Amino acid sequence: MIAVIDYGMGNLRSVSKALESVGAETKVTNSPEDIKSAEAIVLPGVGAFCRGMENLEQLGLSPAILESIKNNKPFLGICLGLQLLFTESEEHGVSKGLGILKGSVKKFAPNVKIPHMGWNQIKLNTTDLFDGIPDNSYFYFDHSYYVEPKDKNTVIAVTQYGKDFVSAVNKDNIWGVQFHPEKSSDLGLKILKNFVELTRS
Amino acid sequence: MLAKRIIPCLDVKDGRVVKGINFINLKDAGDPVETASTYSKEGADELVYLDITASVEKRSAMLEIVAKTAEKVFIPLTVGGGIRNLEDIRLLLKSGADKVSINTAAIENPNLIKESAEEFGSQCIVVAIDAKKMISQLNTRKLTHPQTRTSSWEVYTYGGRKPTGVDAVEWAKQAEKLGAGEILLTSMDKDGTKDGYDLQLTRAISEAVNIPVIASGGAGNLAHLEEALTKGKADAVLAASIFHYGEFSIQDAKKYLRDKGIIVRI
Repeated sequence: MIAVIDYGMGNLRSVSKALESVGAETKVTNSPEDIKSAEAIVLPGVGAFCRGMENLEQLGLSPAILESIKNNKPFLGICLGLQLLFTESEEHGVSKGLGILKGSVKKFAPNVKIPHMGWNQIKLNTTDLFDGIPDNSYFYFDHSYYVEPKDKNTVIAVTQYGKDFVSAVNKDNIWGVQFHPEKSSDLGLKILKNFVELTRS
Repeated sequence: MLAKRIIPCLDVKDGRVVKGINFINLKDAGDPVETASTYSKEGADELVYLDITASVEKRSAMLEIVAKTAEKVFIPLTVGGGIRNLEDIRLLLKSGADKVSINTAAIENPNLIKESAEEFGSQCIVVAIDAKKMISQLNTRKLTHPQTRTSSWEVYTYGGRKPTGVDAVEWAKQAEKLGAGEILLTSMDKDGTKDGYDLQLTRAISEAVNIPVIASGGAGNLAHLEEALTKGKADAVLAASIFHYGEFSIQDAKKYLRDKGIIVRI
């Protein structure tokens, strides 16, 4: 079972339905026990970073997430779920994140329209998550902030919007994507399928 | 590079897709979930459902359609029509909508934009503006805006029935300030005419704000889409009848735009 974490941050139905459409069994949950017993974890989410972090803390989910990641359970962060992995965000002053990956979350400079909304290409470093995905494929983005990892080796895709920003990361059992695979049609579903297969291997 | 988006709009009444001509005469054009699924397969970049029933009793029908769509169709879905408050927005997002578009309620209570953006994030709050050109000779109302523009457009609410006295460009700027993540701009003069988008209006709004603008109203052929994206400086184009009745497919539109040098997702 893949736990899709419900912490009050947006459209979870699409994420769980998209995972189910590629053969996964999912449970949308806000229970730490479910997270601990799941084979893999997906942290989706849209909206404000500080609100997301507050909700994770209030629901007591942060320790369960940290423990699962430590136990090498496959983890996929989507959009805000990717950003929350990092040390801190400059959204609304400085907000602390889960701190699993070192780095910060920054706002796009106003030389481009904000939010970065729509379909944009990803330049890939081939990894297991992107198996079968052609370089420069389009995915759906909808965000105003992006991650800046300290460890550049974790970057597995970048996207051009005013400048190159990091659109996907990987470290050990942790994957994170800034775009929405659950909203990116067939290629998005392919990425979710790859993740599901990673959880089985 | 960020691609320009092509967005089919499905006007939904009593659970069926219809398309209004100048907001009045309606024709039945099919089942929303099937239509949405077909558009997604054809390469539509997003979908918009506009609930034109919008009566309180029928709201649940829309929520069901949204939920069914979210199970089958994996591209972004915006839902608008009859949204009055935070609870309406919460229910739609929970059912599977990715964005909601607010029109009348935003004008009547601009704070709703701020509250909903804070609650759910700017990225899912679309402010829909129905605008009509003010013709100076016939102009009995004075709109407040800087005197640097020669044209002005007035915002209408209640599906284009009620003039508000609000200047569309100033309203777009205010909506952005309050936290809107996108503007869905419909020209009432052009809607249903098939003789092209209001390029002047689209450009005026696109240049006034730093959030994406979707042009709507007037698409009759593929050159109209191109004009809205180039001369009108829109980030996306919304169209209904040219796609609904099979005159052009989404792929036709994208190939045409690509050949004109516009970046699209094919």
